[in-house]
Amino acid sequence: MLLSIQDLTKSFDSAEGPVPVLQGVSLTLAAGETVALTGESGSGKSTILHLVGGLDAPSGGTIRIDGQDISGLGDAGRAALRRTTVGIVFQQFNLIPSMTVGANIGFQARLAGRTAPVADLAARMGLSAQLDKYPEDLSGGQQQRVAIARALAAAPRLILADEPTGNLDEATADSVMDLMLEAIADSGAGLLMVTHSDRLAARLSRRLHLSGGRIA
Amino acid sequence: MTFAVLSAILSHWRRAPLQFIALLAGLALATALWSGVQAINAEARSSYDAAAQTLLDGQVDRLVPADGGAVTQADHLALRMAGWRVSPVAEGRLNGVRILGLDPNTVPAGVGQIDIADRADADAFRTGDGQIFGRAEALDRLGPVPPEPVPVAEIAPGTVVTQIGVAQRLLDRPAGHIDFLLLDPDQPDGLPRLAEIAPGLSRVAAGGGTDLSRLTDSFHLNLTAFGALSFVVGLFIVHGTVGLAIEQRRPMVRTLRAVGVPLRLLLWGLGLELLIFALAGGALGLILGHLIAGALLPDVASSLRGLYGAAISGELTLRPGWIAAGLAMSLAGVAIAGTGALVKVARLPILAAARPRAWAMGHRKGQRVLTGVGMAALAGAGGLALWGTSLVAGFALVGAVLLGAAAILPAILSSVLRFGESSANGPVAEWFWADSRQQLPGLSLALMALLLAMAANAGVSTMVSSFRLTFIGFLDQRLAAELYVDTKEEPGLEAWLTDRSDAVLPVQSVEVEVRGLPTDLYGTRPDPLYPDNWRLLEGGAAAWQTMFDGRGVLINEQLARRGGIGVGDILPLAGQDLPVVGVFGDYGNPIGQAMIAEPLWTDAYPNEVPRRFAVRTDPAAVPGMIEAMQAEFGIAPDSAIDQAGIKAVSLQVFERTFAVTGALNLLTLGVAGFAILMSLLTLGSMRLPQLAPVWAMGLTRSRLGGLDLLRAVLLAGLTTVLAIPLGLALAWALLAIVNVAAFGWRLPMFLFPADYALLGVEAILAAALAAGWPAIRLSRIPPDRLLRVFAAER
Ligand SMILES: Nc1ncnc2c1ncn2[C@@H]1O[C@H](COP(=O)(O)OP(=O)(O)OP(=O)(O)O)[C@@H](O)[C@H]1O
Ligand SMILES: [Mg+2]
Repeated sequence: MLLSIQDLTKSFDSAEGPVPVLQGVSLTLAAGETVALTGESGSGKSTILHLVGGLDAPSGGTIRIDGQDISGLGDAGRAALRRTTVGIVFQQFNLIPSMTVGANIGFQARLAGRTAPVADLAARMGLSAQLDKYPEDLSGGQQQRVAIARALAAAPRLILADEPTGNLDEATADSVMDLMLEAIADSGAGLLMVTHSDRLAARLSRRLHLSGGRIA
Repeated sequence: MTFAVLSAILSHWRRAPLQFIALLAGLALATALWSGVQAINAEARSSYDAAAQTLLDGQVDRLVPADGGAVTQADHLALRMAGWRVSPVAEGRLNGVRILGLDPNTVPAGVGQIDIADRADADAFRTGDGQIFGRAEALDRLGPVPPEPVPVAEIAPGTVVTQIGVAQRLLDRPAGHIDFLLLDPDQPDGLPRLAEIAPGLSRVAAGGGTDLSRLTDSFHLNLTAFGALSFVVGLFIVHGTVGLAIEQRRPMVRTLRAVGVPLRLLLWGLGLELLIFALAGGALGLILGHLIAGALLPDVASSLRGLYGAAISGELTLRPGWIAAGLAMSLAGVAIAGTGALVKVARLPILAAARPRAWAMGHRKGQRVLTGVGMAALAGAGGLALWGTSLVAGFALVGAVLLGAAAILPAILSSVLRFGESSANGPVAEWFWADSRQQLPGLSLALMALLLAMAANAGVSTMVSSFRLTFIGFLDQRLAAELYVDTKEEPGLEAWLTDRSDAVLPVQSVEVEVRGLPTDLYGTRPDPLYPDNWRLLEGGAAAWQTMFDGRGVLINEQLARRGGIGVGDILPLAGQDLPVVGVFGDYGNPIGQAMIAEPLWTDAYPNEVPRRFAVRTDPAAVPGMIEAMQAEFGIAPDSAIDQAGIKAVSLQVFERTFAVTGALNLLTLGVAGFAILMSLLTLGSMRLPQLAPVWAMGLTRSRLGGLDLLRAVLLAGLTTVLAIPLGLALAWALLAIVNVAAFGWRLPMFLFPADYALLGVEAILAAALAAGWPAIRLSRIPPDRLLRVFAAER
């Protein structure tokens, strides 16, 4: 199993004591599978993604990627995980403003010590003409396509996407989605994507709903 | 509404206490630095002025008895009857304190401490019962004397001033005893000639200042230039902090305007806030500057004590002018910095997307304009360096070099970083260079401040050290002999000295005109002293012998420069046509000087009798010789100058001057470091959107923090590399242009590579210290702060 989560809990400290957000989440995701994660705002969808991506540490439970438990990793171990195993796409601010589109796409792959098919990916995402531009010169849809290309370029096993098209209009969102799903399908990676949109969720192979800190 | 808007504007500081401190501290430090330097300079100057004034040196002409005795009452009365405006003075020493007795009714305006008489009980002073003025130390040293002591600060150290009758009594002189008469510069027309009324008196012209005071004047001028420089450094810091403070409130400004607050009200609110900051920061800065000056002043005071041979109190008086100037500096800085920021606020379109980062980073176009202006300023400076000769041109050159260099600094750093980017291998290195270049605009003001601070440091130390070497050379030349004796006509003294020493060299001169320039013409007795100690700028080693043989003349640099005279030119001197065979360096001399052989001189001026002698002897024998000479001829103790003593004192002066400039240097660097710290802290939060993706892609926070530290050190290092040549250019402009224009001689410039290396290390250390805290903050930043960057609601 590519990803398996067991009894994952997470609470945040607040002035009134710890606030539990995740209260025993369990889920699995196989290689090549695309899973939509839905739920109300504030239900903890982003939190799950952050924990899986090693951006934050869980309070309890286990997260295994390719059988390896990542919940006990330290700062450096989690950084290595982010470099080599997962590709993350957020709703915005994914890119490095001081580097060109081409450099952005290739960046994570080079961090991971891999060579990236930058030109191929750019062509595939319809970005060939933008390679030498800087992120600030791109539209929102173009920027998200760059972010997806970058996440794919490092050839990660698992793609984590948190409302990657949340800032885009419907038509643009659909075309970005098409490109992303196609590219992921070709790469054979798994996808865990948070979305508010039923329409988008319906296009993935499976759908999980988060509610009350658990998967319903 | 006004109140609501003001409280909204001010609410920013509750959420940004660090920035509040930064702005206030930035203003306070800038003001402190400048006003501290000002205070020290002002205090030194006023002490020196007081010394010069009370000592009556070179202010007005005097009438002195030709035979060296006292001025008779008959002569005094005759002069007054004839309409001459003269004022009697009694002068003498008691318990090591110099007592000056003045006549308050007739003393020329502006001479001595006549304004003290206004402040004091004028009647008591006039009637002579009661008051004696001086610094507390001098009054203490004088001991209990009949008149009421009145401590005042304006009088030269070691001197007291009183009414002439009191002075006569204290000095045990007969009533009516007058040592000399001061001549009011403002005399009625058609006076009878002095020789007709009082043939026994001769007129002594006010001197143009001594050589020593000329030399120190030049030093003062240069220090003043560096005082102005610290002002500019301060201005950069204020500019940076104010700009950022307004920048950060752009989203709030937009919101306020969107809900209907008039722009005018907003601008007034922000302006008022800046005014309050300027006053509060300025006041804090004054207190700080006062403390700094107070801490450094004892050293300055002892420097001056050595330099002017007079004790100067080490205490600081608060001068209203100093306070006003300090506050004005703070206000001017805020005004310059704030106007630009407020104009930007005024132009902000209400619905423009929030791009605080872009605003902080400035526009590329603005950068290009700045670089263009900088290049133009440097080109102008180049022109001034080649063709400028006046004092104004010299200072314009200094200003143009500094501002030009500061303006092009970002462009230079940017191209270095671009080069680094192109030659980097590895993704992290590439990102590092690219990100550094992106950060550059936000840091450039702080880096400019660092550049100026370091240039000032390199310049100051080069100047002070060059000055010191020159000064020692000057002393070697002017005080080459072991003992100098000044006398009134003293028959037998020369023979007496000759019997007891290796050689006696008369120092004898007359004032002549050479090509229309006033020149002292010296008759020189051959002695190895001259070739051994005097530096020839032109002419070979044989020049001295040629001159001693009566076949040529040596002239000083001042005369050569001003008269356009070179080796080989023929000058009509002492009734002969003599070729110029050499030019000697003569630092600090206000006028021209020419040297010819003694026989030529005595033939031309048979009536002149030498009054000053240089004596060559064993240094150890000097003190004994002074005592014997006093016993034999009754020569006043201060007319014999012991060369070793003067040299020791002069060197001490420089050691203390070094201590002071060293402290100021460290302070300037500290302030520049502070500017870097504050820029980094303010940029820190704005930088998160740049750092978060890199972190998400797998760089640890501590790695990012380390890279930030490295970047600060790198930028500081690059700035250092540029600052040192800039400092040398500055020192050169001051020594070779300003000094020549102001004083007619060129201070030679020496280089001190070890000092510069140390300075570079200090600067990098300052930058590392400044960047340390922000780097640690970054390496410990909670991940959710980084994650929030990606969430929709930011
Ligand atoms: N660093 C944090 N500290 C405290 N509470 C947090 C933190 N991060 C998230 N939370 C809380 O955890 C809960 C879940 O947040 P999360 O961002 O995972 O929700 P979400 O399902 O992604 O919502 P949305 O659909 O609005 O993005 C929320 O109540 C949020 O306030
Ligand atoms: Mg979310």
